Amino acid sequence: MDLEKLLYQPEGTKTLLLGNAALVRGAIEAGVQFISTYPGTPASEVGDIFNLLHKKHSKEYYFEYSTNEKVAMEAGIGASFSNMRTLVCMKHFGLNVASDALLPFVYTGSKGPTVVIVSDDPSCYSSGQTEENTRAFAKLANIPILEPSDPQECKDYIKLGFEISEQFEIPVIIRITTRVAHQTSNVKYDKIEKSKKKIGFKKDYNKFVTMPPRVLAMHDEVLEKIESIRKVSEKSKINRIEGKDGKFGIVTSGVSYLYVKEALEYFKLDIPIFKIGFFNPLATQKLRNFILRLNKVLVVEELDPYLEDSINILAKTVNPKLEVFGKDLLPSTRELNPELVIKALADVTGKSYKFVEKSDKTIVKRAPSLCAGCPYWSVFGAVKEATKGRDIIWGGGIGCYMLASFTPHNIQDYLLCMGSSVGIAHGIKKANKKQKVISFMGDSTFFHAGMPELANVVHNQSDPLIILMDNRITAMTGQQPYPGMESPGTKMIKIEKVVKALGVEHVKVIDPVKDYQELINTVKEYLKHKTVSVIIVRYPCQRI
Amino acid sequence: MSKNIDQFNIVLAGVGGQGLITLGSIIAHAARMDGHNVRMSELHGLSQRLGSVAMQLRFGKKAYSPLVTRNSADLVIGLEAIEASRTTYFSDPKKTVYLINEFTIYSPTFVGRKVPTAKQSLNLVKKFSKRAILVDATERMRKELGFDIFAGIYLVSRAVQDGILPITQESLLKAIRLVVPKRLDLNIKAFKLGQDSKN
Repeated sequence: MDLEKLLYQPEGTKTLLLGNAALVRGAIEAGVQFISTYPGTPASEVGDIFNLLHKKHSKEYYFEYSTNEKVAMEAGIGASFSNMRTLVCMKHFGLNVASDALLPFVYTGSKGPTVVIVSDDPSCYSSGQTEENTRAFAKLANIPILEPSDPQECKDYIKLGFEISEQFEIPVIIRITTRVAHQTSNVKYDKIEKSKKKIGFKKDYNKFVTMPPRVLAMHDEVLEKIESIRKVSEKSKINRIEGKDGKFGIVTSGVSYLYVKEALEYFKLDIPIFKIGFFNPLATQKLRNFILRLNKVLVVEELDPYLEDSINILAKTVNPKLEVFGKDLLPSTRELNPELVIKALADVTGKSYKFVEKSDKTIVKRAPSLCAGCPYWSVFGAVKEATKGRDIIWGGGIGCYMLASFTPHNIQDYLLCMGSSVGIAHGIKKANKKQKVISFMGDSTFFHAGMPELANVVHNQSDPLIILMDNRITAMTGQQPYPGMESPGTKMIKIEKVVKALGVEHVKVIDPVKDYQELINTVKEYLKHKTVSVIIVRYPCQRI
Repeated sequence: MSKNIDQFNIVLAGVGGQGLITLGSIIAHAARMDGHNVRMSELHGLSQRLGSVAMQLRFGKKAYSPLVTRNSADLVIGLEAIEASRTTYFSDPKKTVYLINEFTIYSPTFVGRKVPTAKQSLNLVKKFSKRAILVDATERMRKELGFDIFAGIYLVSRAVQDGILPITQESLLKAIRLVVPKRLDLNIKAFKLGQDSKN
């Protein structure tokens, strides 16, 4: 499909779009000028689509894959400080990495309006780390958060995000989840706007420097801004009440809203729904008015009960007798679905439903696996061959090499986050020098998180064996470029030069497919070294 | 074609890499061209790589959620037999029709386990469905076109021909042209072979 043609159709066009593609169209309609990202499912397509478009549209916007999310955020902040309309995009864990820059950015505020897309992954379909809930950043960062439930809202809310950011000089998070990012449905296009503001950094010490005591005044200002934005939230159409008046109502947000609609259709029920678009700041007065008239309210939200907690607090003053249902009927872990909401509704209303238990759980399980012809087959095979009969601790990190966890490889003893293989190996080696650790690390991860970890291992002297998996691309998230490869308009950085410059003495580049035996021999030899060794296994991903 | 469908619920089951997202996109666009409201949910990323995939696609006036509700599938298209049998969570013995490719993809995780044949998978879903059909789509596409990948289009075309997928042939063909313009000639051949096939 010609995505460029599809995304540049004129105002009024109606088409099917993926949530992530709708975010792109929305950003284009808002006149975005600068986009930075680090790939991560379920957010990857936003960057990938801009990567596809930006060469043809270089007069309208600049796009880059940055080396990690903090770097992407900082690049975005620089663009915003220079009065550009800025978009930064990442998955939930990426926000953890970027938060060091994001939190003070909320203090300084944006200059060019800035939107941060963060995609959560309830049920962890593509996330082996934690089942994170980005809505927590409302409290931690005091940042406005908008929650679309489908592609049309993705397009509309991102534009609203730019408007709020422009008016109040504060970055805005668009928080989506897998079932929004990877949901396809009908979208109607609006007009593409172009920014005419002058671009360039204009010094403003009072705005851009967080040195104390100014930082404390900034904190006051952030809280004031949030209260001003709350007034917008109170009147906003995206916090809407629908359905027939009654004594039992529902409060919901994000994709859960669609499950509520489905469940109400199942029972042919028509009851009041408060659909929240502004997760932060909440329209507290409008919510108070909504719950004032109710006897019972069911709060339908995924993961932690943030909305439910707020409703409980609000009810205390305006309607203390209100019965609040939520996480007593719905799970706090994993994603929701229509049948879970149907069950919860049945519990509150006394209506009956029937689902038949008939899944056959004895069917052989199929785990994901390395592609046919993937060079990692050779790498895993060689390291296992070289260490046969030895007790090795296998360090894991984020990338296709996570599949080392599964049969037939079964070489993963810990896995936490980007770069965890090497960072944690250092602590294990310090705890017990005699235990041997082999850490797998991807090429893109090396530039993302690995360089400071390798510096620490060299500087503080421990001796894990690091296998740097150089498959010439960021493979897992869908073939994005990274600093170790050549791509137009970028400069390539040679991994082996960096590794040597960081003070590693034993470094070898090996083709794991052609020189399989050499790889086995080198693993055996390098395990004897008393300082850190690095084997760079270089062979291109079969999907390139 | 009636536009008065409230909900038509489809589950597309298979193994990551079989082209399920593209196939879902073709059906979704065809349904939109027929004037339906459409919602589809897909999954991307590592866990889908040669792993189990179940795409969910719905159309109709009252198709609100991107996920198919339990026991409410009208049609399950299985590009791989074992994966088709894994979707009975969505099926209703009173209405669900299964169209299953007689094709099994082996996985390293199957080693030492009993792997059901396509016929056994068919028998398993029979208990949970109104009708279940096994089709030698992959075999046929290998023979006729030389590639497995067209099995999906063949199955969908056949589902339309058999009247178990309520979209028009015109829209399906238009959607194929829109979504997969690159190997259009072979895709259209697969579509036509599906059209000509008999029950």
